[in-house]
Formats: sequence, structure tokens, C-alpha cells
Amino acid sequence: MYRYDQYDQEIVDARVEEFRDQARRRLAGEMTEDQFKPLRLMNGLYLQLHAYMLRVAVPYGTMSGKQMRMLGHIARKYDKGYGHFTTRQNIQYNWIKLEDAADILAELATVEMHAIQTSGNCIRNISSDQYAGAAADEIADPRPWAELLRQWSTFHPEFTYLPRKFKIAVIASAEDRAAMRLHDIGIELVKRDGKVGAKFFVGGGMGRTPMIAPEIKDFVPEEELISYAEACLRVYNRYGRRDNKYKARIKILVHEIGADEYRRQVEEEFAHMKTLGIDPPVAELARIRTYFADPAYETGLSDAVDRSDPDFALWIDQNVVTHKQPGYAIVNISLKPVGGIPGDASADQIELIADLTERYSLDEVRVTHAQNIVLPYVKKADLYALWQQLDEAGLGAPNLGLITDMIACPGLDYCSLANARAIPVAQKIADRFADPARQRDLGELKLKISGCINACGHHHAGHIGILGVDRKGVENYQLLLGGSGAEDASIGTITGPGFGEDGIVDAIEKVTDLYVAERQEGERFLDTYRRLGMKPFKEAIYG
Amino acid sequence: MAEFLSFRTGDAAQEPAVTVEAFTGQTNATAVRIEPGEDARDLLPHLDRLSLVEVNFPAFGDGRGYSAARILREAGYAGELRAVGDVLVDQLTAMRRCGFDAFKPNHPLDDAVVKASLERYDDVYQKTIDGRAPVWAKRHPETVNG
Amino acid sequence: MILLTGNDLASGDVIWWTGSGWSRHVGEAVDAGSEADAILARESAARNVNAGYSVEAEATASGPLPLHIKERIRASGPTVRADLAINTAIPIVRA
Repeated sequence: MYRYDQYDQEIVDARVEEFRDQARRRLAGEMTEDQFKPLRLMNGLYLQLHAYMLRVAVPYGTMSGKQMRMLGHIARKYDKGYGHFTTRQNIQYNWIKLEDAADILAELATVEMHAIQTSGNCIRNISSDQYAGAAADEIADPRPWAELLRQWSTFHPEFTYLPRKFKIAVIASAEDRAAMRLHDIGIELVKRDGKVGAKFFVGGGMGRTPMIAPEIKDFVPEEELISYAEACLRVYNRYGRRDNKYKARIKILVHEIGADEYRRQVEEEFAHMKTLGIDPPVAELARIRTYFADPAYETGLSDAVDRSDPDFALWIDQNVVTHKQPGYAIVNISLKPVGGIPGDASADQIELIADLTERYSLDEVRVTHAQNIVLPYVKKADLYALWQQLDEAGLGAPNLGLITDMIACPGLDYCSLANARAIPVAQKIADRFADPARQRDLGELKLKISGCINACGHHHAGHIGILGVDRKGVENYQLLLGGSGAEDASIGTITGPGFGEDGIVDAIEKVTDLYVAERQEGERFLDTYRRLGMKPFKEAIYG
Repeated sequence: MAEFLSFRTGDAAQEPAVTVEAFTGQTNATAVRIEPGEDARDLLPHLDRLSLVEVNFPAFGDGRGYSAARILREAGYAGELRAVGDVLVDQLTAMRRCGFDAFKPNHPLDDAVVKASLERYDDVYQKTIDGRAPVWAKRHPETVNG
Repeated sequence: MILLTGNDLASGDVIWWTGSGWSRHVGEAVDAGSEADAILARESAARNVNAGYSVEAEATASGPLPLHIKERIRASGPTVRADLAINTAIPIVRA
């Protein structure tokens, strides 16, 4: 994985001192909250429902064991003993003191981590495929490209006060595990004439106006990547709407002027950008790429796994994924135990994962956009020992991709923007569908819950989505069906009138019952919904 | 406390800046003010007679002026480029990198904080028109200088 | 009645106006009435409260409580972590 050199370290260290000075000036009254707010946000520090919240960047979701251990340390020393892994592959802490924030950043900097641009109207943490480097289906590791973009976007002087936040994802396989087309810019690495380049999709997003990004450029060679990205951003910075916060994302610009006109403007700017010499030499991407070279795999390992423990066998079948290297496997650690809080992990659990990362996964761990953890380089021979330790720590839920593996935003329990609670609804659904056999019978079912229209819980992209709203001061939940954040991306449709907290659980059960009754051989819930359409589901719910 | 900051040698331009519309409609003005919604590229045919471009920031969160500044510098404008309005001390570094060399903020800036801000980062990741060598150029001197 | 609330600048804790200062317990809050704006302006300027605002509330058997669920959750703590609650006795949904 990537390691900082002296320059990267200097920049992050300088940022800690800059923020320390900004926080000092705020505490001393030299700045108003209005002036301080954008500054703290650009360092991931929110004022949330109960306290300050700090969001720490995990670039493209990749960490070492040491970095993971630091996250546990921060949870223990500065927070209330836990953290929350987010849909942008980051972690956030809910109980941070402003007077501690600079010290936390200083501790993070000792392990090459930071909170830079984890909020604010700037380019956010670059996300990627959690299986990058280990997946059998990728054409290249997307993370060197993501790292190049991370550096380019860090304190980009022109793009620090964009109309709105800006999210970029990079993937390198036909299967989309990062909701790439629901990003402001989604990049898919593709091969042409033996060379890897970037296919650009621009103008996707969720929020109150969900959009699937149209393709804007079929191939950008690596030596022009930064010029092209800079052109995309400049057109947005100049012409993105600033009159209405809710229409300020790039998806609205692309939608209003049309993909063709946006493409034309970007091409014009791109032609200009290419004359400025702003692209790093190809040697820079090559330098970064060396950090992502394959780890030192052992060869000649057996692919055999002893499945005689039935609970272990279930976990293997659900949570372990094929690796490109014989004898190895990709392990998913579910942070969705029935009764738990989706994405939350205690300091003890985080530290255990750090230990297991070092012991079993060649010192690398990933965070997924579905709020789970991945150990990408596990020897099959170690799977049983690993599983036993996970299971003992409450990290062995065999539910990856099943109905209880929900994405849920923090909702009104933590978030000052929320209109309704999301976590208690997730817990009630998990209770209703707790039977593991029932979950497996329902098969792949992506259920995603947001506590408000901002859609941090990706409800538009859920096979089943839930949107919490405020109806005259009472929490109410709308049901959506048919969304997908994968390569078959689609936006879910609202079924009709909303429900109370118990009603929404009943409605979901009616929907899944209909699926079980109507499914054809091999159909997932989403496939059956797409074949039948909304009508029978609506009748089952409201009929 | 500084009410006006200039990083140019010599005196600041004194002529009052006129609107883009007024500027493009007359032939003798040498100073112009750009508002956020206006296209800096409208000025490109007239760069040789400009000695001052003021870029107005009515609100610090409106970042269009950063693009305007770079566009002018990228086109070779060498006169004074002045950020005016809601310009905050924590924005100076980025503004300098985009080509601003003078600042007239609504509220005076603390000189010590200005100095600390501008000197904070030894290194930058991007190449802009400010002439600073980005980190990638330092990492690969052979390809950049060769 | 009108309660004043906001966060402690340094710690971020949710705080409520008690008439003479700020408390972490909504039970100690008092009606700010027509003084709300003046108190908020003064206390914000003195940095005794950060991001302060006023909320509508009602007197209940267990003391003053905000009307809106969001403010009740602020007063009680996250409803999914009873171990971290300030006061689990606060009814989240208004009777």
C-alpha cells in the first residue's frame, strides 16, 4: 500500500498545525462560528446532534494494521470507545471535543492519516473497490490512480470553494462494487490497445435528486488524467449553480445543460489544460504503482478448506470471496450483527481487526462502502482460525449481501440534518429477519436506509430502500423498490404512502413474501422486481 | 492589521475599477472589476491595456473567482490581480496559488496570521501559474527538467 | 415556553440555558420568553454557547421538554445507546 514520502508527511504535518491555529483562534474568539465552520468542515469536524463529530479519511478504503490500531486508540482515548464506518469508506467519531481535535490529527499524522477534505464543498476522499488488488476480475489495481487523484485534489487551490461537495470513485472491473456511477465523477479503468486509461462518468449522485452519471469520455490516457479532471472541475466551478444549495451538485449542471454540452465545454477546457503542463510525468504514477505491487504471496498453497464445522461453512459461503491468487481468499467482516448498529465497531473490535490484519492479511485491511471491513489477503489455510477469533468478538455474522447486511446512516440518533431515526428501524428489520436460513433463502438483497433526503444511507440505490421523513413532527418511513448501486445501476421508486416504524417492517415483509412466491429460478429480489414491475408489490403492500 | 496587502513590487494601481460591461464598451479604461457570474475570458482580448483586475468575492464561499484568476494568469495577464470583498486570512494561500497578488478584504487581516498562513506549506501537490514546483516535479527532476 | 440551547464551544456538549448559566440537563432549563434573542446574542458573543438557538418546549411532570423529537433526542442522548444517555427517562415521542 502507499507510504508517505517526506513531502506527503510535511503537508499533513503542516495541516495539523494549521488546524491547531484555526481552532485556537476560534476558542479565543478571534473568529466567529460562521467563519470557522467552513474551516473545520474542510478538516472533517462537524457540529452534530450531540457533540462535534470528526470524520477521518481512509483513502480508497485501504489501511495497514498500524493505522487501524490508531483508529481504535482514538476511539478509546478521545471518544466513547467506538467509531462508525461510513459509506465513503471513512470512519467517524461522534463525541469529539474541539479542544482535542488538533491532538487527534497529530496522532493520526504519525501513522500517515488525516481528516483533510472529509467535508466541505471540496473534493472529498476518493473511494474505490474494496477488493482492489485482490479481485480476480480487475484489469488493473485502481488505487494508484486514486492516490494520484488524492494528491492532486489535496488543497487544490482552485477547487476548495466549489458550489457543493464533490465525490470521486475509481474502479477497474466490470462489476461495480463502489457505486461508481452514483458519484460526481466515476472513473472506470479500461484497456485500449493494451494501455490502461480512464473512462469518465460525470454527474451522478444521490441526495434529493438522484442521477446515474452519463459517460462523458470513453478514454483518458494516464498522462492526461489530471488535465481532464481539472477541466471537469473548472467547468463545474464556474457554471455549477450557486443560487440554490439543493441544485448545486454537478449532476444538476450536467442534467440542465445536457451531457453533450457539458462534454463540449470540458473538451474545450481540456484542450487548454493540456497546454499548461499540469500533468505529473508518467513516472509519478509508476512510482505510486510500485507501492501497490502484489504482496509476497506464498506459492504452492492448497485451496482446500475443511468445512466440517457447519457455522464456519456458512460463513465461508457467505462472506468469503474468490481471490486472484491460488491459496488465498478475500474475507468480509460484517459490521451488521443482528441487534447491532450498522457500521459501528468498538475500540476492542477495531484493535482486534488490526491484530488480525497483521497476522492473517499481509498487513492490509479495507473499509467498504457498505460499512463492512475486508481482509484482502488471507491464506485459505488460516480461514478457520481467523473466523473463530472474529466470531468470538461478535464479528462473525455470516450475512454479507443479505437483508440484514443493511446500509444505514446514523439518522436522528446522531445527525443534526436527519428527520427520522435510521438505526432503530435497521434493528427492527434485522430482528424480523434474524433467522439465518430465511436470510439465505431471500438471497442477495441490498437494503439501504437514510434518515433524510440527503441519502447518506443510499436509499435510492437499495433493492429495497427506506427514506425517513418528518411528517408533522412524527417519524415516517417511505419505501422504495428497485434501486441498485452496482453495474446495473438504477434509482428506486417510492411505493406510495409512508409508514410508522413498525409498519415499515411489515411492509418489507410483504414485499419479500411476494418475491418468494413469485421468483423464478435464479432470480434475485431485484430481478423479480424488474420483471414484475411495481404493481404487484404495491398491491401486496397496500391492497 | 492590514487593510490592503500587495505582493507586487511598486505602487498599487490607483485607477478605480469599472464593471466588465463598462470596460469592454470603452477603450481607455485600464482597471476592471469582475463579479462572480462574469466570464473572465471576456477580458482576454484586452489584456495588454489592463493594469488592474479586481475579482470580487461577495461571499467567501463563492469560489468562482479562483477560476477567474487562473484563467487570466494562464492567458498571460501580468498586471495586478486583486481579490476584494469577503476575503479571509485562511484563503490567502489558495488565492496566491491561483495568481492573486493583491488583497483588499472587507475586514483587516492580522499581519502575524497572514505571515504564518502564507509560510505554512513548504510543498504543494499541483502545478499552477504561481511558479512553485509541485511535489511530483521534485520527485522526478529528471523528467521535468530534462 | 421557549428554551435556549446550543453546544459548549470547547467540548461540544449539548447545553441548555438555566437562567444564570448553561446546564447539560434539560431538566434545569428555564423559559427564556421574550428575552431569548438578547440572551443568545450576549452568550454567543461571550462564547458561553456555540451555535445557540431557541426551541419551543412544554412543561411536563418531569420538567421542561422540547416539543420536537430532534431536540428531545439531543436532551436524552442517542436512543440506540442507553449506556451513553444523558437521561433515558425523557420520552422521545411526545405524549
